[in-house]
Amino acid sequence: MKIPLSWLKEFVDIQLPLPELARLLTMAGLEVEAIQVVGLPMPTSADLHNAAHHEIKIEGLSWEADKIVTAAVYEVMPHPNADRLVLCRLDDGQQEHIVLTGAPNLYPYKGLGPLPEPLKVPYAKEGARIYDGHQPGQVLTTLKRARIRGVDSYSMICSEKELGISDEHEGVIILDPDAPVGIPLADYIGDAVLDIAITPNIARCASVLGVAREVAALTGQPLRQPDYSVQMDGPSIEGLASIEIQEPELNPRFVLGLAQNVTIRPSPYKVQLRLKLAGMRPIDNIVDATNYVMLETGQPLHAFDYDVLTQRAGGQSPTIITRRARSGERLTTLDDVERELDDFTVLVCDTAGALSIAGVMGGAESEVSANTRNILLEGAAWNFINIRRTVSAQKLQSEAAYRFSRGVHPAMAERGVRRCLELIRRWAGGVIAQGLIDNYPLPPRDPIVEISASDVRRWLGIDLTPQEIADLLARLEFKTEIIGQTVRAQTPDHRLDIGEGVVGMADLMEEIARIYGYERIPETRMDDELPPQRNNLELEREERIRDALVNLGLQEIATYRLTSPEREARRFPPGAAPDDLPYVQLANPIAADRYVMRHSLLSSVLEVVERNARLRPRLALFEIGPVYLASEEGLLPDEAPRLAIALSGPRAPAGWQAADSAPMDFYDLKGILESLLEDLHITGVRYEPAEHPSFHPGKCARIRVGEHALGVFGELHPLVRVNYELPETPLLAAELNVRALIALTPDRFEISAVPVFPPVLEDLAVVVDENLPADQVEAVIRQAGGKALADLRLFDVYRGEQIGAGKKSLAYSLAYQSPERTLTADEAQKIRQRIIRQLERELGAQLRS
Amino acid sequence: MLESLNQIERQALNELEATQDEDSLQRWKVAHLGRNSPLMRVFDQLGALPKEERPTIGRRANEVKRALETAFEGRSQALIQAAVQRSLQAERLDVTLPGRPIARGRLHPNTQTLRRIYRIFGDMGFQVFRSREVETDEYNFELLNIPAHHPARDMWDTFYTTTPGVILRTHTSPGQIHVMRQYAPEPIRVILPGMCYRYEQVSARKDTQFNQVEGLAVGRNITFGDLKGTLTDFARRMFGENVRTRFRASHFPFTEPSAEMDIECFICGGAGCSVCGGSGWLEILGSGMVHPVVLRNGGYDPQIYSGFAFGMGPERITMLKHRIEDIRHLWMNDLRFLEQF
Ligand SMILES: [Zn+2]
Repeated sequence: MKIPLSWLKEFVDIQLPLPELARLLTMAGLEVEAIQVVGLPMPTSADLHNAAHHEIKIEGLSWEADKIVTAAVYEVMPHPNADRLVLCRLDDGQQEHIVLTGAPNLYPYKGLGPLPEPLKVPYAKEGARIYDGHQPGQVLTTLKRARIRGVDSYSMICSEKELGISDEHEGVIILDPDAPVGIPLADYIGDAVLDIAITPNIARCASVLGVAREVAALTGQPLRQPDYSVQMDGPSIEGLASIEIQEPELNPRFVLGLAQNVTIRPSPYKVQLRLKLAGMRPIDNIVDATNYVMLETGQPLHAFDYDVLTQRAGGQSPTIITRRARSGERLTTLDDVERELDDFTVLVCDTAGALSIAGVMGGAESEVSANTRNILLEGAAWNFINIRRTVSAQKLQSEAAYRFSRGVHPAMAERGVRRCLELIRRWAGGVIAQGLIDNYPLPPRDPIVEISASDVRRWLGIDLTPQEIADLLARLEFKTEIIGQTVRAQTPDHRLDIGEGVVGMADLMEEIARIYGYERIPETRMDDELPPQRNNLELEREERIRDALVNLGLQEIATYRLTSPEREARRFPPGAAPDDLPYVQLANPIAADRYVMRHSLLSSVLEVVERNARLRPRLALFEIGPVYLASEEGLLPDEAPRLAIALSGPRAPAGWQAADSAPMDFYDLKGILESLLEDLHITGVRYEPAEHPSFHPGKCARIRVGEHALGVFGELHPLVRVNYELPETPLLAAELNVRALIALTPDRFEISAVPVFPPVLEDLAVVVDENLPADQVEAVIRQAGGKALADLRLFDVYRGEQIGAGKKSLAYSLAYQSPERTLTADEAQKIRQRIIRQLERELGAQLRS
Repeated sequence: MLESLNQIERQALNELEATQDEDSLQRWKVAHLGRNSPLMRVFDQLGALPKEERPTIGRRANEVKRALETAFEGRSQALIQAAVQRSLQAERLDVTLPGRPIARGRLHPNTQTLRRIYRIFGDMGFQVFRSREVETDEYNFELLNIPAHHPARDMWDTFYTTTPGVILRTHTSPGQIHVMRQYAPEPIRVILPGMCYRYEQVSARKDTQFNQVEGLAVGRNITFGDLKGTLTDFARRMFGENVRTRFRASHFPFTEPSAEMDIECFICGGAGCSVCGGSGWLEILGSGMVHPVVLRNGGYDPQIYSGFAFGMGPERITMLKHRIEDIRHLWMNDLRFLEQF
């Protein structure tokens, strides 16, 4: 919301420097996002310093008091050598000048001789700093003496663009006829515009009056209420129009006024200027009057051409009817769009049909035109929820809808109509009919809220007396009454944001805190009862997994959780059975390739591998995050946490010394997983050969612990690898179920005693069938070795001629140990023999000599 | 005889001077202290000497032997020292060559910041409570005092799913209702971290997906002053002991009163810089006293209980601390970026 300072000052005295005013408003919740200086002096650095530490952008142009002044043009003369230029005989209050200009809006006066009434204009003298009208954007320039087509030129009549008012450079500004001559222009129309962000709760501040009320409350100055009196000299409005409200819930009030014999013309320049500074386009005096009052009071208004309505009523006095649209009903709005309306949309109609979408936009037929003579002025109140619904359904915004969809108090309807009628009378002439037609079936309740000193203590942590509370609220026009320790506050009839009971109490807390000043509320530490303390085991263990993987040299990544089934399909080889589980799917995606919540974390991680493959030869990545498994029946998906890992590239990072540059393989990944599970103290882990479409069929395993399947890992299937832009090196990947990892992580674990007696160490190599899984050999050794086998480690796997085809040799180092004594060579030999015998018997293994 | 011993000593010591390595030293030892050395022969001949000369010569011979042994030890040590010195000289490394590269793991910066937040609030008695990302409209909006079609809904651009009433949560605030309903009427101090989603054009400052950390304290005696104190304590631990905070009035439908907390820019110390846009202040979080309707929806009587809530963007904190210009870096996973953390 753009608020011109001059307008604000009509309602409240402001002594504060601009930056301090901006800071005060910002701290009170009316965030001043920028200040645009239009002519007034720029704030001094001292002003800025005093309001220091405040986020505010101050831009714009100051008009030098001695160089940019008001002036009068007495005659517009043709240029001797140029058709498109004119020479103006001008008085700047000190002397006469001949000023050259090419402004088309002065052509009509060319060659008329001395004008009966001089034109008042802004005049920039030699040396004035203004914006260059001929360059795009705002480029400062200094007026210099020049000779243009044989005529001396050293000064200028200014356009709005040159003065930083707007982009308008088609003509020069023609000020109102009553403008004084020879005073600094800044003193006459200089201004500064505060751009204020209006949050939904302060809809009442979407007006000059609303902001002025806040300024008054914050600075302790009185608010000057607008004058709502109207000079009504016309006939009585009785019988000239009537109102029928069908849905008071949606339209609690409707007010009509009538202006007769108006003359449509442009508004006074000062009015146009204010509208422009507030961000609206001047149209004509009638439309401008409605917009002016809307900006000033926050009450949107609508002007109908009364004669069109009469005509539509067959010459009778018109009846305004407000009702819901019939399903399928259509209306062409002012923006020339034919709209199909919903059955919740409220229409303003007459007996002949719809005139406008209530509170949002008028229809084309009954709008004010250049020939309009009589104006029927509407000021109404609408249910804000319903207006917002209409705005979003029709995707139709307007200044009126902006305000109505946030809530305008019905009391404002009459005030707005009165204020507007008086402005129409002043700006468009004619007479105002006596009285208003006011249909007000549903006045709002304006809650009376009780708030006590102890409530304030309990909620805000400050001690205020009932009198102090009442005084703070009174500054915002609450009517207050003190009863013992309690203040009864009556909500003023310009706001709809105060609730009833305890909700209203909280609403008043905010008002009390804002006006009292958040800064003055002391910082305290909670001395309330501490809640029961609980562990969050799930989070702790998840973080433990992260730490374990980081310790194992992996980089954590974080990816987008929105994807597309197409992106995720890349994790399967062509022709594989598709993932046909239901997705959580967006109804309004932003990107075509991100419209479902992912099913596969592996897929996310593979995309990151792809992105980095050309940057880094060696990748070791992991992510922990959910996948979203929509269920057919339940409303909400299972958000199942997963762990995905990807490895590729040389085993050791390359340096200047020799390093293990062999590509990482299945066993590198398995080593990481084993270490992770060890770190979590998960025991009883089994690795089984597995089939999974993403993985190489011979290099893929499933991890199991008891009944839990922890996940799969392996080398990426070559037909999957080609779905991604990846180098030729093998890519190892895993996707694990984090819930299972968390469930299997024990709360506690026990350690075995550190041995006191030295172990007997020996190696044992056995030859077995090639396809015998190594874990079976190990299981037999452990079983045969029993308690005495303290350690078992595979250190070599050999295949070759020496042992024959279809065989492999597994070499283990073993440690035998007793907690009670040092084992003798004899005892060790017995254990060894037991192991060998069992291996032979159960697995047909041969001792390799 | 005495003269001969003096002669033996002189010569041996002279020759010892000439030894340069372990070999020549050992040869010297054999020659001068060995069984056949002149000195040992003197000892052999002692018995043949006249009785009165024996003590003198014997004493002198022992003196020479000790002298030679001591000299040998000294020389031996000196040679060892010299040899060590020589080999140390030969083994000089270029200490400026880089170390052997380690495949180091790292936590994502998001995790690092989240953990820091958990830690700070954990110390203040706030526990972590997590809830779902795919939420109902009821929990994300209605129970938080944001009814359907209410203009406050314009504050959140929402991703809707194809299931009516199911959305991607736009903030972690639905967790407030979940945690209150789980623990009412116990007092509550929790933080609620998690991923949120907004239907917004992606830019350097905003992304469709972002982490948020919500906080909630509910009890019988919790005030706006406590809110200010707790969050200022947080800011000091997160951004620096002397950092100043500022609370500005703001609006959130689920708090009343509501406040934005700014901190004094820790990069320029408040003087104004490009990071704070010259203002000297950085917006860090939104907060407020829990709205009575929200307390009631959570199962707490607002006439008895009060509380405060706040929400912050850890990504923004990460960006500020490390001068990250574009939020998308945090989701792009470019290793050239991640490896700097
Ligand atoms: Zn700064």
